[in-house]
Amino acid sequence: MLEYAPKEMIKRDSGGMINPAKTCQPVGAMYAALGIHSCLPHSHGSQGCCSFHRMHLTRHFRDPIMASTSSFTEGASVFGGGANLKTSIKNVFAIYNPDVIAIHTTCLSETIGDDIPTAIRQSEIPEGKVVFHANTPSYQGSHITGFSNMTNAMVTYFSETKLADGKKENFANIIPGFVNPADMREIKRLTEEMGIKYIMFPDTSGVVDSPMTGKFEMYPSGGTMIPELKKTGDAKFTISLGRFASQMAAESLEKKCKIPFVSLKEPIGIKATDEFLMALRGAFATEIPESLECERGQLVDVMTDTHFHFHGKKVAIFGDPDVVTAMTEFCLSLGMLPVHVLTGTPGGALGSGLGGFEQEVKAMLDEAGVCGNVKAAGDLFTLHQWIKNEPVDLLIGNTYGKYIARAEDIPFVRFGFPILDRAIHPYMPVTGYRGALRLIEQISDALLDRCDRDAADEDFELVM
Amino acid sequence: MAITEEKLGEVLGVYPEKVLVNRRRHIVLKEPDTETAQQIEANTRTLPGIITNRGCAFAGCKGVVVGPIKDMVHIVHGPVGCAFYTWGTRRNKAKAGDDGKNYVNYCFTTDMQESDVVFGGEKKLAKLIDEAVAIFHPNAISIAATCPVGLIGDDIGAVARAAEERHGIQVLAFQCEGYKGVSQSAGHHIANNMLMDKVIGNSDVEKCDEPYAINLLGEYNIGGDGWEIARILKDIGYHVVCVMTGDGSYEDMRLAHTADLNLVQCHRSINYIAEMLEIKYGTPWLKVNFIGIKSTCDSLRAMAAYFGNKDLMQKTEEIIARELARIQPVIDQYRKVCEGKTAFCFVGGSRGHHYQGLFSEIGIETVLAGYEFAHRDDYEGRLVIPTIKKDADSKNIPDLHVEADPKRFRIKIAPERLAKLKEKFPFNEYKGLIVDMKEGTIVVDDLNHFETEEFIKILHPDIVSSGIKDKYVIQKMGIPSKQLHSYDYSGPYAGFNGAVIFARDISMSFATPTWNYIVPPWKDQPLLNATINGGDQ
Repeated sequence: MLEYAPKEMIKRDSGGMINPAKTCQPVGAMYAALGIHSCLPHSHGSQGCCSFHRMHLTRHFRDPIMASTSSFTEGASVFGGGANLKTSIKNVFAIYNPDVIAIHTTCLSETIGDDIPTAIRQSEIPEGKVVFHANTPSYQGSHITGFSNMTNAMVTYFSETKLADGKKENFANIIPGFVNPADMREIKRLTEEMGIKYIMFPDTSGVVDSPMTGKFEMYPSGGTMIPELKKTGDAKFTISLGRFASQMAAESLEKKCKIPFVSLKEPIGIKATDEFLMALRGAFATEIPESLECERGQLVDVMTDTHFHFHGKKVAIFGDPDVVTAMTEFCLSLGMLPVHVLTGTPGGALGSGLGGFEQEVKAMLDEAGVCGNVKAAGDLFTLHQWIKNEPVDLLIGNTYGKYIARAEDIPFVRFGFPILDRAIHPYMPVTGYRGALRLIEQISDALLDRCDRDAADEDFELVM
Repeated sequence: MAITEEKLGEVLGVYPEKVLVNRRRHIVLKEPDTETAQQIEANTRTLPGIITNRGCAFAGCKGVVVGPIKDMVHIVHGPVGCAFYTWGTRRNKAKAGDDGKNYVNYCFTTDMQESDVVFGGEKKLAKLIDEAVAIFHPNAISIAATCPVGLIGDDIGAVARAAEERHGIQVLAFQCEGYKGVSQSAGHHIANNMLMDKVIGNSDVEKCDEPYAINLLGEYNIGGDGWEIARILKDIGYHVVCVMTGDGSYEDMRLAHTADLNLVQCHRSINYIAEMLEIKYGTPWLKVNFIGIKSTCDSLRAMAAYFGNKDLMQKTEEIIARELARIQPVIDQYRKVCEGKTAFCFVGGSRGHHYQGLFSEIGIETVLAGYEFAHRDDYEGRLVIPTIKKDADSKNIPDLHVEADPKRFRIKIAPERLAKLKEKFPFNEYKGLIVDMKEGTIVVDDLNHFETEEFIKILHPDIVSSGIKDKYVIQKMGIPSKQLHSYDYSGPYAGFNGAVIFARDISMSFATPTWNYIVPPWKDQPLLNATINGGDQ
């Protein structure tokens, strides 16, 4: 398995990727758009784009992922895709009847420079229906950038200020970032436990984790409603969770509707969850309820009781920047040593506040006295070489990590997107205190299963 | 219940006029058996906005045909996505050959950035080729173009030629931009042309020393299908020169001209090469089908008849008898679970036809079938090929014209004997899907989401075989769905062992108790149980 990665670090300066740790913008945009109720994402490009994105999202969520395509041909690529887009809009409303069409572009339509707003204006849109778009050129950023761009488009298209004189309503906007529907549910639950009103967008819970009823619902019950998106302009403040996926939309809301925002880590692990609750507490002057304090106490109890399972273990973490940053922080809270931390997403190319994945992670490692490799815009070939040079006890990342885990015989915890070879992940949160408990379970189990596997008969323990 | 013209009109009535006219031509209600197949429209554009299962030319070229070649490094020139989605997702298994080279678990992309789109990506591509050669030492390299490459005018052919000079290995540049053609099919054609033009026959070896040398074309080793077929062929005594392309190697493919017979499993994706091999080297091709027990036996008998050797024919019968004795009792058990059920069979460009026999062998009748990206000949038979009009999209994919190789062209079988064999067996022939469908069934080309849902509501199939994008749509309706692109991560389904595994998997999808829990118990029980006052109970 992967026998071609040499231990000796090879200088590669082509700028190409070998075993990438990211994919392209449109799939993130498609996922974000599914977080609007009764919305059909539309891919303005070749059929293959839409097909690939639906395939990957479907394999991760094991639920229907509906989206349409402009079905570009060579002719459209030469003469422009405006006609294809207008026909698409007409056909989609007539046949599939969503309330909303969310168009995202592709490298094809971006390279030829299709003017999407004009095409939308020239389209027949039935009354009460909405069409909006985000530019998501595949040759910038990653799928996280695409998620961010589509989320931002929700603000630029819909958010509006209804209240006069700078008045605000007593609720929070929560932008959850590129996480599973279970995480969105968990973040909502924590907010509800605080007794705080909120609007979450996008919100894919109830869309990509819909129940089996014997009936297919093309537009399941979940998703943020358009009136809610409009109302985001009247919120007291916005919480952006995960800078790379969410901060751009929060900044747009501030600019457009003068809503202050706080940009936090994805609430994965104890510290990031503490910060999330503290931000809510501060903004709404609401005390943390006993129920959540108890959940936190349980988490700390388990962290302490089991610390010898993971303390001092070396770990390599890769995946999307927001969840990797938070996961690195949590591993440090557990006394683990994240010696290799890598994301495929570029660290600072786009938008404000996006610089410094490497600086942020390095600062955390420095504070903990851990010496490690940190890289943005990296690939898994690099990660594999790092691991060959400094072996680890555990690998944490998406499904693509399984090749390295097998090649180097390392315990592996699946985390992030996409997870194609194990089920249930989208249903089980990793956010909040309960999510942290689950992560500990997975980390401990992986490490202890390895101990059991490798133990001599005489060292095989009943109690661990 | 069958679908009548009237019922079909009701279903399609939702469509806007243009869509209605277009889609009606892609649907055939099978009439009583006639001499010629009914006509269907295929390999034309999907209308924008339709939720189609189709992909693109890149997917057909790199994803299907070229990607499985194990001893080559395949570089995707473009933004990261196209490489990422074709990395390990199609289950074309491969084991390294004697030279130890197998790169199928790796993914290479130039990861084009905005500056590359503006200023061109040729230099980056050239550098990545250099890195790949330095680190991996592949036997050859492929470059697959994605949409922006053709638009910005990167000359990947020139980059390839220069790299060939630098490194002394072949570098094949596939111009398979996603917008070309109307589906994956365009990519198959582009891949076929290049492999024929540059790889096949690119060797000093003139002949194969082994008897009964064959090539297996259009077998992609999904879930290990190719290995099961190879097991049977080896047991009988055949020598497989090369497989195109599942578990296939560049080095073996160079020798493809030395085979005595070409077997064509997936007609759609590889018939171009089969035809060109015959013109150039005089090697006939046989349409085989190793999916299903009877089809497998028929294919083996046709092969034996071609070589005409008594021992080979006897060995073929021995192996068939041995395998049938072993598997038939097992299949019969599974058949009890499946008997009397109905299926939809909608797959890519051959399996929509291939699996119908296997379904029927376990007692399941196919009531709707179709292809995602096939051409009319896959439906109506190759006889229609001369009558298929080229349109703007198909004209964009050039045909490769080959001629008889003056040195290597060799009549492999007396023309009279081949003519005789053709009466019984499909040599250089494919009759298509429609003739095998029963009266009252329905054939749908490029079946889309709306039609899938509507036809399920009318026909109530017991199982729907399709792909990942509609698997969970179907299952949400309470109907098992079997992915016949990826086999739901199972397989092999080919050959004799594959038939057993298929029967097991299909039975399992019916037998799983999980379907019984869809309706919660409180849905069909009243909340309050009334009792009569004063009664004893």
